[in-house]
Parts: sequence; C-alpha cells; structure tokens
Amino acid sequence: MNGSRGVAVDVLVVGAGPAGLSAAITAAEHGKRVLVLDQGLRPGGQIWRHRDEAALPVGARAMLERARTKGVRIASGARVVDAISAGELIVDFRGRIDRQRTGALIIATGAKERFLPFPGWTLPGVVGVGGLQALLKSGLSLSGARVVIAGTGPLLFPVAATVARAGAELLLVAEQASWSGLAAFGARLVSKPMALRQAVVYRWAFRNAPLRTSSWVTAAEGYGRLRRVIMHERGRSSVIDCDWLATGAGLVPNTEVAQVVGCALDVDAIRVDALQATSVAGVWAAGECTGVKGDAAAIAEGAVAGHAAAGEESTANGRALQRDRDAGRGFAKRLAATFAPRAELLQLAHADTVICRCEDVRRGDIDPAWTQRQAKLWTRMGMGECQGAVCGPACAALFNWEQNVARPPIGAPRCGEWGEELGETRDERREGNEG
Amino acid sequence: MTGNVTIVVDGVPHPVPADITLAAALLNLGVAAFRRDLSHNARGPVCGMGTCFECRVTVDGVTNVRACLELVRAGMSVQSGA
Repeated sequence: MNGSRGVAVDVLVVGAGPAGLSAAITAAEHGKRVLVLDQGLRPGGQIWRHRDEAALPVGARAMLERARTKGVRIASGARVVDAISAGELIVDFRGRIDRQRTGALIIATGAKERFLPFPGWTLPGVVGVGGLQALLKSGLSLSGARVVIAGTGPLLFPVAATVARAGAELLLVAEQASWSGLAAFGARLVSKPMALRQAVVYRWAFRNAPLRTSSWVTAAEGYGRLRRVIMHERGRSSVIDCDWLATGAGLVPNTEVAQVVGCALDVDAIRVDALQATSVAGVWAAGECTGVKGDAAAIAEGAVAGHAAAGEESTANGRALQRDRDAGRGFAKRLAATFAPRAELLQLAHADTVICRCEDVRRGDIDPAWTQRQAKLWTRMGMGECQGAVCGPACAALFNWEQNVARPPIGAPRCGEWGEELGETRDERREGNEG
Repeated sequence: MTGNVTIVVDGVPHPVPADITLAAALLNLGVAAFRRDLSHNARGPVCGMGTCFECRVTVDGVTNVRACLELVRAGMSVQSGA
C-alpha cells in the first residue's frame, strides 16, 4: 500500500479559484515548484466556472494563461481527504488515493452556500443561488422554465442576470436584507465604480423581473418535485407557481481542509495574519476561506500568501498589496453586516422539517440544548455523505453550535478503496503524537 | 462545437452535448429523483459544486457518484432514483 507517493513540491495550493491561482502564479514567479489541487473539472473556482475558456472575462483568461506559462501544475478533480501533517496530505486524485508532500501549503478553498432549512427545501427543483449558477454553467438548460430567486448578497445579481439570459422566465428576485441596508451598501460602492457599473449591467439583464427587498421564501411545495413557493414579500404572503427556486442565506468559508491540518478559526473563517499565515507553521490561507470578500481581494490575498510561502516576506508586506488586502477585509465586514440572515429565517423550519439532508434528521428530533457532538451520537446528524457540510452552517445559525468540528476524512470515503490508507494515516498520526 | 455523446439513463439511450456535466444532462432529460431519501422521497442537485452530495447516482455500477462533478462520457450507464 501507499507505494506511489506524489512527487514532493515546494508549494502546494488547495483550490484553483482566483485566490489559489494568484498564490500559485506568485510562488511560481519566485522559482518554486507549484502544484494546485482542485476539486472542479476545470480550474477557475466557482466564480470562473466555465465550459469554454474563451467565454471567460479577460482577467480570468489572463490568469489561467499566466498559470500555464509560469509552469504551475493544476490537478483537476483532486480532493484533499486527510492530512498526516501540514507537509503531507492525503489526496483523492479522481479515485486514486495518494500522498502529496510539500514544503509550504496554501489553502484557498473558497466558500460554500449557507442554507437555512424551511419546509419543502428538500424537493427537487430547490437549489442554491450559486448552485443554479453552477448548474447553468455546467450545461443546464433553463429555456422557458419559471424561476424564483430568493437569497441574499451580491451573488443575487449575477445569477439573476445569467438566468434571464438563459431564456428562463424569471418571476421574482427576493433579497432578505432591507432596502435601507442595501442602499447604504450601494452608496459605499461609489468608491468602486466598476462594481457599481457591473451591478447596473446585471440589473438591466434581468429588468423584466421584480426585485424585492425584505423578502424571503417561507415554504416550497410540490410532490416529487417543486411546484410552487410561498413567499414573504415585505410583510405579505404570496404564492408563486414555479419550476425552480434558487435560494440560500449567503456564503460561508470552506474550512474543512484547514481544520484537518489544525489551523485555528475566527468564528467560521480561517484565522490569518497580515501575511496570510495561519496558526500552523508552513501553512497560509487566502481568499473566501478566510472571510467572504469577493474576487479582487481574493487575488490580492493570494499574492500575499504566494510571496510569503516563497519566503519573500518583505514583498508580501508591500504597501500596495497590503492596501488592497485591507480594503478587502473592510469590504468583507460590510458584506457580513449588510447581508446577515435575519432572525425570521431561523424560525422557518417546522418540527418535521429535515435539517440534516443526508441522515433525514428533522428539527423535532434535535434538542437545541444538546451540543453538536450529542446530536451526532443520538441522531446521526451531520454523519452522512456530506459530513455536515450543509447542516453544519445551518446548525451554527439555528442552535449556536460550534463549527470547528471537521474530522477526517473530509467527505464520505469509499470503504474498500480508502480503508487501508486511512488506517495507516491514523496510525502514523498516533505515533507522531506519542513520539 | 463539441457534438453529442450517447449516455444510457435507466436503460434508455439519450444523445447529450459532450461538454456538460452529468447533473446538467440528467436535469435536461427531466430526471427529478437523482436519489431517494430514507422516506423514499425524491432528492436532486442542490449546491452544483460537489458539497451537498444530493446529486449522487450510480454510474457504470459505481454507487454514490456525484453527478455534478462528472462530465458525460460516451456509453456511460446511469441509474437514478436509488
């Protein structure tokens, strides 16, 4: 077993989105051997998900081209499942389990959507806001389909625009945040004319659909698949017949890999210093996994991490880079404050509403006084295929449970293929702890 | 253009564009129940990016394959609703 070990690299980057690509290119420019592990079919992360590279924005194309010319190797379909140490990860390379050794590790695992359960949210046809965007970019046809979008944050606009351009009948775009909050947020965008202009372009693309603030979905109904949604629109209840509901309660950092490596978190994001160093020596983190802030700031953070991981700390500390990094972190705070899920969204689930989608654990099965560990032991909550990736952030919001509880392996293993390798990993870790 | 490939879904062959994911292909074919939960209710894709595991299907006899992370392949045989 484990005879074939991945060739060691100087810098290993996890995630090929804007932050990861930026970090990889920067480290490669310092002459480092760089490998990027990415779960997706193609590099670019969620924001630059594509079928045809030529269709990407010019900045994204330039970045992918730079990665190629700088000799950055990108392994697509590669998923980190465990870590022996910060310098040796266990990786699932498209079904082949192998070890990957590295001198430095940069975590750029991005963010995922937060879902707050409501009646009917398990019906087929109910998808994430980013989820619908991802499916569209992966080839889903929405021509003529009736779509309702109900979520929060800047992601609503580009997704609504994509849905409208795809020929769907977009019936409503609902933002749970208030108009006053949104207006204050928009006013601050005056300092970002490009973002403001982009927002106008998006709104023009979905101009035929109403955009309502202080509005959210309270229930989805149908048998076997979605037929209608019940909306709360500025204090009034309405029923909308539709084929798709794209919903979500904002984005949360992906921290599973960081947790398995032992990095400390700040609430739900990876804790980093001004040079993007985590609490573990030899490990840096950049982009949305250190707090949701958008692609421009993620690229700046990736560059800081790339310099620092290559041992070029004074460059990482450069004034322009640090200014961009600070601006991004300020933006992250405003995002979080403006688009925090309102309290009403925590009251939507009934006693029979599923909370843990993998193990079918319902709200009434859970005593809110329990810890997450007790809930796991007594209901199998968070112990299914997704390993709490969906119900974890939901329960953090619903029950104030801690989120830093990821345990290896990340994601459900295939017993036959993984058992032996993972068993050895555990033995080595135990020996390491004893020695 | 990349043309079509034929995939077999629950025993029935379908031509689908060659450059799309299996999740997109199944949704375009009208498949709602990618899998069934413990109460036998239908479940389908949610996150579209490999996180939620709701789009899992059986591909060429391999169970629990996330359809959103797989490109379609010529001759791929898929079972849904398990």
